[in-house]
Amino acid sequence: MSAEIGQFALVLALCVAVVQATLPQIGAARGNVAWMALAKPAAVMQFALVAISFAALTEAYLVSDFSVLNVAQNSHSAKPLLYKISGVWGNHEGSLLLWILILTLFGAAVALFGDNLPPGLSARVLAVQALIGIGFLLFVLLTSNPFARLDPAPLDGNGLNPLLQDPGLAIHPPFLYLGYVGLSVTFSFAVAALIEGRIDPAWARWVRPWTLAAWAFLTAGIALGSYWAYYELGWGGWWFWDPVENASFMPWLAATALLHSAIVVEKRDALKSWTILLAIVAFSLSLLGTFLVRSGVLNSVHAFATDPTRGVFILGFLLLVIGGSLTLYAVRAPALKPGGLFAPISREGGLILNNLLLSTACATVLLGTLYPLFLDALTGQKVSVGPPYFNGTFIPLMVPLVAAVAIGPMLAWKRGDLAGALGRLKAAAVLTAIAVGLAWWLLADGPILALLGVALVVWLGVGALVEFAGRLKLGRISAADSWRRAVNLPRAVYGMTLAHLGVAAMVLGITVSETWQTEVQQIVRPGDRVAVSDYEFTFEGAENLPGPNYMSLVGTFTVTRGGEPVTVLQPETRSYPNPPMQTTEAAIRTTLGGDLYAVIGEPDGNGGYAVRLYDKPLVGWIWLGSLMMMLGGFVSLTDRRHRVGAPARARVPADGALAGAGD
Amino acid sequence: MTRKQRRMTFVLGGMAVLAVAVGLVLTAFQDNLIFFHSPTEVHEKGIPPERRFRVGGLVVEDSVRQSGLSTSFEVTDTVHSVRITYEGILPALFREGQGIVAVGMLNGDGIFVAQEVLAKHDENYMPPEVADSLKAAGVWKGDE
Repeated sequence: MSAEIGQFALVLALCVAVVQATLPQIGAARGNVAWMALAKPAAVMQFALVAISFAALTEAYLVSDFSVLNVAQNSHSAKPLLYKISGVWGNHEGSLLLWILILTLFGAAVALFGDNLPPGLSARVLAVQALIGIGFLLFVLLTSNPFARLDPAPLDGNGLNPLLQDPGLAIHPPFLYLGYVGLSVTFSFAVAALIEGRIDPAWARWVRPWTLAAWAFLTAGIALGSYWAYYELGWGGWWFWDPVENASFMPWLAATALLHSAIVVEKRDALKSWTILLAIVAFSLSLLGTFLVRSGVLNSVHAFATDPTRGVFILGFLLLVIGGSLTLYAVRAPALKPGGLFAPISREGGLILNNLLLSTACATVLLGTLYPLFLDALTGQKVSVGPPYFNGTFIPLMVPLVAAVAIGPMLAWKRGDLAGALGRLKAAAVLTAIAVGLAWWLLADGPILALLGVALVVWLGVGALVEFAGRLKLGRISAADSWRRAVNLPRAVYGMTLAHLGVAAMVLGITVSETWQTEVQQIVRPGDRVAVSDYEFTFEGAENLPGPNYMSLVGTFTVTRGGEPVTVLQPETRSYPNPPMQTTEAAIRTTLGGDLYAVIGEPDGNGGYAVRLYDKPLVGWIWLGSLMMMLGGFVSLTDRRHRVGAPARARVPADGALAGAGD
Repeated sequence: MTRKQRRMTFVLGGMAVLAVAVGLVLTAFQDNLIFFHSPTEVHEKGIPPERRFRVGGLVVEDSVRQSGLSTSFEVTDTVHSVRITYEGILPALFREGQGIVAVGMLNGDGIFVAQEVLAKHDENYMPPEVADSLKAAGVWKGDE
């Protein structure tokens, strides 16, 4: 029964979405308050209906109702509870339902927390949000029904792809979707503002929290995915420039740019038209990512189904959304009044540089990701664009960006003092020089990139701390006064400092783990000792052990360093019967200083096992850095300026007052 | 600075970044576009040694030879086959009869020295290039 309830609720949600997309929009155009007021209850209702539908599908998974096709194909009665739940979104249909659930959740959140929005804007935002909802609801109902029945019902299901049976991956999609779909709110705000023909600092204040939340979730989602690849794929790599990874990374780059440009709109009423464009682009890239990943154009663990009708539907929807919003932009953007003026060397200028580099980097990633698809479509030639392309274009663009991050926050709005900012960074410069010298000495003639990485880490790390200390006037006033300043600093400042330090931590992890890692691949027999950097791995043997729904080959290594015991590593190779497949489970010992990483392969038939052993110094800092960035986002989000009364609209158009001030 | 001059500064700055990016993209493309060739194409086209490309097909039954960490096997599109050697641990899903893709280059003896072997994710997976080249050879029996 639950499946029918679920489907019925989805159809009702579609009906509600149609109402929500049309009447409030018309009401806002005609000034009809009653029609505008429809948007809020409709948004909440739509969420409630989709939630019922999602609950119905979850219930079918929990009780292993194999008369539902989706459950029969993707679940198995012997699966642990966690993977029965995560199995709901571990497939095409269910993951789309999750997408819609989150989309409507954001819609409902805008309705419930958007009390300070002017009624017209609120109605329009929710109407646009509902338009996106219609597209996805139609997609699910027409091409990807998760509630289709199977008659007769099989005795047991096919099971979930074992690669997806992992706690990290169980929560990776929800986080990623919170990020992807969170950008829909920013998109709706941008489109609503274009329809209204008005963008001002108040608009930016309303948009910023949503962008921040989406960005922080997206950061977490990508980091989780990367960590999963690190320990589950068994290659010791954490980023492969796989098209699927790029699909999530491009919206992140755009969202990062958007996050920064929205500050300029908020503080200085400038860069308005660019910010609107970024909001459109960021969500378009989310949709493009969904298209790339879900349509089967790209083959990977994410491409659940290769069904051409689905691909065509998403492509059509994509063209409609992107084409429509860009057309609207082209028509309405020239009418936006230019805002406050500023000199090239200024906080605004720094943020523009940030945007320029991020969006250019995003474009090169886009090109590298789509080029093989275009070439295949046009000439039939099959090419792949490998990591060297991405490293060769992305890194050179990120180096100046990271270097500038230390300087940007020290520049004043409107007209900055570059010499003064650099003067304050003297300590950072000196420490950078020392660190580079040290790295040079350690590396002998190591790669230049490693030295550059070390330089950037120290420069940015110390720079961010100096900037923060400057705000406290540390050392220039009494400690008690500094403390008072620290207490009164806006949370957004803490968020920014934390996020920028996170960037430094991440660059540190990347640089050190890539430069100083040790990798050993060989065949070992019980009792063999293998030296990996200054550790010694002793292979004690391997045995077959049963798991809850798999058989496992477990190898045991005792690790010593200079004779002292360090740890015991037990890498596994798991063989799943449903569906038949093998996965590698790396054994990892993580410390702040670095990871020891072991993978066991198949027996060679002569009592030996192929193994891969790594010592990866500081690799954990990559995810520690992402965690800091994410936390920085959430800390910023708690800033009271985002909540308390501030976003009241100026009575007088702000641009008139501020335009003169810039000259 | 007047408003116009300022705008010019930003436009020129933007153009400079874009020009650098275009330069980076072009150089990176030149070296890093990796073509895919089916075993038949490898035989017919005479690809020079020491050029990186990808080759894929089904692993020929009984062609896998292992000694220590190095493995040698053949892949076929059922018309021609190519011998591949690989040094290292093969992916868990590497099997005879399975579709795989290898990245590497030919050596002087016409043997493909792989730097990477991809056999992805699940037992039904067929690399799209392999599926296409099998279709081209007229033996694809898949449902597409």
